[in-house]
Amino acid sequence: MRISTVLRLAALVLLVTFLVVPQKFAPLFAPLTQYGAPPIYDQGNLLGLALAHLGTVILAAAASTVVAVSLGILVTRPSGREFLPLSRTLVNIGQTFPPVAVLAVTVPLVGFGEKPTLIALFAYGLLPIFENTIVALQTTPRAVLEAASGMGMSAWQRLVSVELPLAMPLILEGIRLSLVINVGTATIGSTVAAKGLGEVIIAGLLSSNTAFILQGGLVTALMAVLLYDAMVAFERYACRTVQTE
Amino acid sequence: MITIENLSKQYGSTTVVDGVSMQIERNSITVIVGTSGSGKSTLLRMINRLVEPTGGRVLLDGRDTRGEPAHLLRRRIGYAIQGHGLFPHRTVGENIGTVPKLLGWDAQRVRARVHELLEVFQLDPQRYAQAFPHELSGGQQQRVGVARALAAEPAVLLMDEPFGALDPIIRAKAQEDLLAIQRRFGTTVVLVTHDMDEAFHLGDHVAVMSQGRLLQYDRPAVLLTHPADPFVSRMTGLADRALRLLSLTSAGELAGPGELAGPEVPATASLRDALSQILWCGAQGAQVIGADGKPCGQLTVAAILAHARPA
Repeated sequence: MRISTVLRLAALVLLVTFLVVPQKFAPLFAPLTQYGAPPIYDQGNLLGLALAHLGTVILAAAASTVVAVSLGILVTRPSGREFLPLSRTLVNIGQTFPPVAVLAVTVPLVGFGEKPTLIALFAYGLLPIFENTIVALQTTPRAVLEAASGMGMSAWQRLVSVELPLAMPLILEGIRLSLVINVGTATIGSTVAAKGLGEVIIAGLLSSNTAFILQGGLVTALMAVLLYDAMVAFERYACRTVQTE
Repeated sequence: MITIENLSKQYGSTTVVDGVSMQIERNSITVIVGTSGSGKSTLLRMINRLVEPTGGRVLLDGRDTRGEPAHLLRRRIGYAIQGHGLFPHRTVGENIGTVPKLLGWDAQRVRARVHELLEVFQLDPQRYAQAFPHELSGGQQQRVGVARALAAEPAVLLMDEPFGALDPIIRAKAQEDLLAIQRRFGTTVVLVTHDMDEAFHLGDHVAVMSQGRLLQYDRPAVLLTHPADPFVSRMTGLADRALRLLSLTSAGELAGPGELAGPEVPATASLRDALSQILWCGAQGAQVIGADGKPCGQLTVAAILAHARPA
């Protein structure tokens, strides 16, 4: 077994153990607290918060994927080519508009809770998936496309059985970037009462409890790293035939 | 039979193919040759409607090719291109089975056909059916490309510079394979190339194109002896046209009765090769050997030379 694999497994075990039995780690965090404040977050279930956090991120990424990939396919078809600049602008706005600002705008419209967070993460995660989809679809080898049409595939068959499978590695890479960025970004959801790890960090900030801030930050960071690795492993598996080139 | 009637293609104000008419005979190899930008590829691609003509029409066995959706038409026409265009994410077997699968053949029949074709192209099915294209050499990839084009037993095979990316030795082998396969399946082949040697070697008929127009379309020998246009003689080569003419006739065709002291040449060898051998040996003629390995006639230098100029 390679060292990197061992480290990843160790990180996973550490994360799960901490989330399931956080009190066991109390002595570790105790030196960071003052005036007898609790060393471990006690205003909610850490495991529940982590799962809610992950759920929000995955749901948002799924929505980003559906929209960005569909849009990417549309603007690379001959009939949709003229929408490319417009789509690119829209997706870029989604990325440049700060998620916090999105929250501020959407809360009055949809209320507090999960919804504004989902919208913010969805908009923020579009760009990497969209751009990767477009690059992948635009760089399919010409001879392969020509052969597919020459064999008698319809436009749809060509897309589904040739273009998308060949584009898959890059599309998955875009999804991975989007997921990882949003694991961190999702912490701001707690400012509008979405369940997530941001809650721990904010509680720490409010009560000047460094232990809380560190817990929330570390769990979020570990989740991002592990999610990244899991996606890389999944990409390798899903695209094992495409990447053999 | 493919009938091309007054076919034209314009992109904006540029005319790429300009009113081409020709009849392509069944079970023959027709080579379209021209310089780059002559419109030869566009002409080929209008036969299977990868390019839609702006004028004229194409008839396949008397039926207008516009009578059905383009992708259905293409399933009946084999298509092989330069750089093979194999699907990198599919095995060799899956690549070859592409069109049969599109046509809805059952898995058993597709498998049998894939194996048959791999054997025809001298690729061991056990070893190569499950391999991916990148595991093959350039020559093998090209053969798989042609096998894929032939998979659904098309009556017509279109080839767009299929051997352009191969080195000379593999190209010669691929050309011999194509001739053997054309004879075996009786496919009507239309091949585009810029290589005049390839055109003369493969073509039963050769069409010379320049600037979108069809300058001459005839048997290779006629192109040499009666060029219709100065461009045609330039394409076919003025300096070595006598030798080219010799390369079009086999020794067997010209062999006379009797025996003669001299080198032995197979009946299938061209007169050009026979002459080369005779010159090398300093003889006055050659003994022609039939396919059974027995002498089947003699060939004199005089007979060969008489054949090296327009009749």
